[in-house]
Amino acid sequence: MVETLIPKPAPPAAFAAATPAGAPFIEIEDVSLFYGASQALKNISLKLQEKVVTAFIGPSGCGKSTLLRCLNRMNDLIDNVRIDGAIKIGGHNIYAPDVDVIELRKRVGMVFQKSNPFPKSIYENVAYGLRLHGVKAKSDLDSRIEECLRASALWDEVRDRLHSSALGLSGGQQQRLCIARAIAIKPEVILMDEPASALDPIATARIEDLILDLKKEFTIVIVTHNMQQAARISDQTAFFYIGELVEFGPTTKIFTNPAQKRTEDYVSGRFG
Amino acid sequence: MNTVTPPEYLPESSSDTTRFTRHFRAEKFDFWSFFFSGLTGLATLFILGILATILLNIIVNGWSAISWHFVSTIPKKDFFDASTTGVLPMIVGTAFRVIVMTIFVIPVGVITAIYLTEYAANTSLITRIIRAAVNNLAGVPSIVFGLFGLGFFINFVGKNLDKLLHNANAVWGQPALLWASLTLAVMTLPVVIVATEESLKAIPPGLREASLALGATKLETILKIVLPQALPGIMTGGILAVSRAAGEVAPILFTGVAYYMASLPGHLSDQFMDLGYHVFVLATQSPNIEQTRPILYATVLVLLLLTFALNIVAILIRARVRKKLRALG
Amino acid sequence: MENHFETGIENLRQKLLVMASHTEKSVNDAIQALAQRDHDLALRVKADDDMIDQCEVEIDDLAIQLLTKAPLATNLRLVTVAMKISQDLERIGDEASKIAKRARDLAQEPPVKLNLDLPRMARLALEMLKTALDAFVNRDPAAARTIIPRDKEVDAMNKAIHTALVQHMVDNPDTISRCLHWMVAAKSLERIADHATNIAEDVVYLCEAQDIRHTGIKNPPAGSS
Repeated sequence: MVETLIPKPAPPAAFAAATPAGAPFIEIEDVSLFYGASQALKNISLKLQEKVVTAFIGPSGCGKSTLLRCLNRMNDLIDNVRIDGAIKIGGHNIYAPDVDVIELRKRVGMVFQKSNPFPKSIYENVAYGLRLHGVKAKSDLDSRIEECLRASALWDEVRDRLHSSALGLSGGQQQRLCIARAIAIKPEVILMDEPASALDPIATARIEDLILDLKKEFTIVIVTHNMQQAARISDQTAFFYIGELVEFGPTTKIFTNPAQKRTEDYVSGRFG
Repeated sequence: MNTVTPPEYLPESSSDTTRFTRHFRAEKFDFWSFFFSGLTGLATLFILGILATILLNIIVNGWSAISWHFVSTIPKKDFFDASTTGVLPMIVGTAFRVIVMTIFVIPVGVITAIYLTEYAANTSLITRIIRAAVNNLAGVPSIVFGLFGLGFFINFVGKNLDKLLHNANAVWGQPALLWASLTLAVMTLPVVIVATEESLKAIPPGLREASLALGATKLETILKIVLPQALPGIMTGGILAVSRAAGEVAPILFTGVAYYMASLPGHLSDQFMDLGYHVFVLATQSPNIEQTRPILYATVLVLLLLTFALNIVAILIRARVRKKLRALG
Repeated sequence: MENHFETGIENLRQKLLVMASHTEKSVNDAIQALAQRDHDLALRVKADDDMIDQCEVEIDDLAIQLLTKAPLATNLRLVTVAMKISQDLERIGDEASKIAKRARDLAQEPPVKLNLDLPRMARLALEMLKTALDAFVNRDPAAARTIIPRDKEVDAMNKAIHTALVQHMVDNPDTISRCLHWMVAAKSLERIADHATNIAEDVVYLCEAQDIRHTGIKNPPAGSS
């Protein structure tokens, strides 16, 4: 079931197998990112554990979303971007020149701030990723789609209208559909960029419960500007400020007794 | 409970509430608003009036010559005898050249638009050159396209094809349906490119991001997500191209249209007759203008109806595509 | 532009300070009434206790309000500690009232001829309370930590006084009711010292985020502020 990231020519073992228990799963090593001449990320080093929810918090423009998008190389799509340093997932540097980005994005999924279901049916939305990666048989698709919709707490609401348009769902349902779509291809990491910021409180609460369920199977990194949300659902929190990593630690510590004054000020609402 | 009793501070009788509405009605007559809305209304009526006049003129003058015989007969060389003349070859010629044009212009236009929107960096030199070329192409007079078609397609491509394939027998090196269609394709290319680009740009980038984040390549994203969404816009471009090309005469003058063909065009290397050109012929070569007038107007009417029919078909197909896109994937 | 939340937090701190000063005064007055056999002073302590109780209600109310605004980090610790300190202060106020009541009763009877270590115990308890409250005002966890071992001293003194009183009651049965008043007063003082210790532990938590209750760890770990 667990396939491999393929740096040619020799495919190494799977992510999880390569990581001894307790060792960090995602290692961000001295990463700096430049948009042309301006530096958006400054020497970020961070180690994230497996099957744990890590929150990136910080004021607008501090680089948390930028760093998140480095983890699945979505920043490659922007012109003029230069990235120094290495990011290792499961021990393999994803910025090595021989890495297949398509495979990487299969291992590291993403959910966006504004839900973006394809203008297709609910079924086809979840099937899209599966078909991309070779699952063709209808029975396989059906069972996998049901599994994912169940895991996203959406199955009961849509089981009778799988072939109706995804655009007819409410905002919260659409976002859960996007999550189902992302987990369909069995990634190991899920990146979430402010997934609930466009939703009402009840829909937000359901997404948060979903994240807490998902962390049993997936490593989750979530960017949020809502500190209460970070406090509610994350195990570890990293605080960023103007492109720098200011503090990183267990969530309870960051929110009850942060070590850095900048963290204390941000968390207490004195700026940002 | 079905009735809701209003809270006590609302007035109970209707006479009390009029003191609110009185304030919302305009207290004085606003001349300028009235003037400008009247002006825009008049402008609309003016345009509609002109259109109506043209159509009525055509219908009134041409109705007498329209008949099933008219549209289904291949005429003899004498066009000016109302009892024997017909426009079938012209209808076929016009239709064929528009269809062949569409077959060429849509793929080239769409691929160019995809390149410009999805692949090219907006600020690079190549992109700017291509965009400038497309814009300038749109401004070239149609007769110039005709000369281009003659010089390039016929004298260069056609003659060289003949040398290669037919031992210098003149098959492709002369006016033909293919060259006329290609000339028209070059002329309507900007329309298709712009319409396609607009519809591609209208697709939110979030959809492309979602597809890429799932591990699709850029090409897969374009083929599976972007193009299907853009299809109505592409068809709009096609409709515009067809409408423009059906009525154009100058580009086909040197490249394929003939004064008289005894049979319908059967091969891409054949010449063809054309409704628009036939109108020109009838208007300038007629010995008796009174007698010819009904035939002329009837031909115009047939051209209008043909264009109208082509458009309707395309619009219907586009509406079905839109409906399908809205309902599901 | 005013930071309304910070204003609320500051408000809470101020209320605590007011309550603390009332409580300290009550304890001071109660001990004095006991020592000077001052009936009127004892009555005033009783009246002041109502004000202290009112303070506790207001502080808890304000704290709950602030919690709905989800304070974090130092603010969170302040709000939770405020609720605990206000409770300790309220109990100290009650103990002061009890001492005042016994003082009133004792003032109406002839004094007992016995040398008790009560004045020293009272002074120690009062000093512990003062130091704990000063540590809160000055945000000084080191000062708070110094109080905590002294609670054992107070306990020991109470035990000694208790034993002495029991012996005196056995020897002089006619002094029993007066001795019992003294016992209760001593016990109240011991409780005041306990509550002062709690306040000190709360101050350490507020300033260092260290929970030193019940653990026997009375010194800061190496390297913390």
